Amino acid sequence: MVRYKGKGVYGAVAVGKISVFRRRDVEVKRVRVEDTEPELARLEEAKKKAVAQLQQIYEKALKEVGEANARIFEIHMMMIEDDDYNEAITEMIRGQSVNAAYAVAATADNFAEMFSSMDDSYMQARAADVRDISNRIIACMNGSENNSSVCDEKVIICADDLVPSETVSLDKDKVLAFVTAHGSSNSHTAILARNMNIPAIIGLGEEFLTQIRDGATAVADGFTGELAADTSLTETFLRMGIDELSVSPAFVLKVRDAVRKTDLSK
Amino acid sequence: MKGRYYIMKTFDHTIRDELGIHARPAGMLAKIAKNFDSDITITKGEKTVGAAKLMALMGLGVKCGDTITVTVNGGNEDAAAEGIKSFLENNL
Repeated sequence: MVRYKGKGVYGAVAVGKISVFRRRDVEVKRVRVEDTEPELARLEEAKKKAVAQLQQIYEKALKEVGEANARIFEIHMMMIEDDDYNEAITEMIRGQSVNAAYAVAATADNFAEMFSSMDDSYMQARAADVRDISNRIIACMNGSENNSSVCDEKVIICADDLVPSETVSLDKDKVLAFVTAHGSSNSHTAILARNMNIPAIIGLGEEFLTQIRDGATAVADGFTGELAADTSLTETFLRMGIDELSVSPAFVLKVRDAVRKTDLSK
Repeated sequence: MKGRYYIMKTFDHTIRDELGIHARPAGMLAKIAKNFDSDITITKGEKTVGAAKLMALMGLGVKCGDTITVTVNGGNEDAAAEGIKSFLENNL
């Protein structure tokens, strides 16, 4: 049995299969274009689509995490419309005769760099927002949809970190717990977990992601901040006084057995 | 406009919000600034940015305790200055 220790940000326990959330890497090539007008048109088209997607995400977030936390998506929409950001992109397309996707990616790097170099951890974290909106625009250009997890049963979502738009886009009926290598206790993931009443564990470190497997059974304990790639801990949890487990259907019987066998009088 | 001179309006505000001008208030401030026909800028130290420009505003890195100078130029300056002032006082 393998155990990983992180920080529990919401106290609840879940048993189920692991699903590793993999971000589709956005690879952007620099291409020289003769005619920049079609590129500018592609940019406008992609921005419109991106804003429309964000509007939907915003509305979903309103219901799931409340207005104060949904506002980040309003910010994302405004970032897409930001004058400086857009000027930088269009000037690069025109001035360097490059494809729109490259101009967006390069501009994203510049702005992210600006935020990363600020002496304020909050602002440093905003670099992720710039990259997130830029990746969305590029994905809209490529016509690729954001990845949504396809699985029939409830799973423990494991990821390096989840940006707000990823957390909100997940199908909540399929999520048993959130477990991330990085993250902070006031991240969207943590807030959402609290609202959904499911466990969330952060800060398990980079290496757990390389070791866990998709589909492996695990227990996520948001009280102690532990992820155990085994269900035999059920008894331990019961002894700790945890009597509410969120379990994916395939494990209901196993966990019920463990609960019956456990003699709490000891 | 003919025969009319604009006298820019300017005022200072000290930030009390413990996170400073973070993303959400920056977004709200930019939104409000866009609604006025005046040219509104925010100055912190030697850096001046347009109040309607969200990313630049965030890039100023205004923290709690910092004093910013708001400058309103052209258009309906009174309304714009009043609008920005009340937003800052109520939110930052």
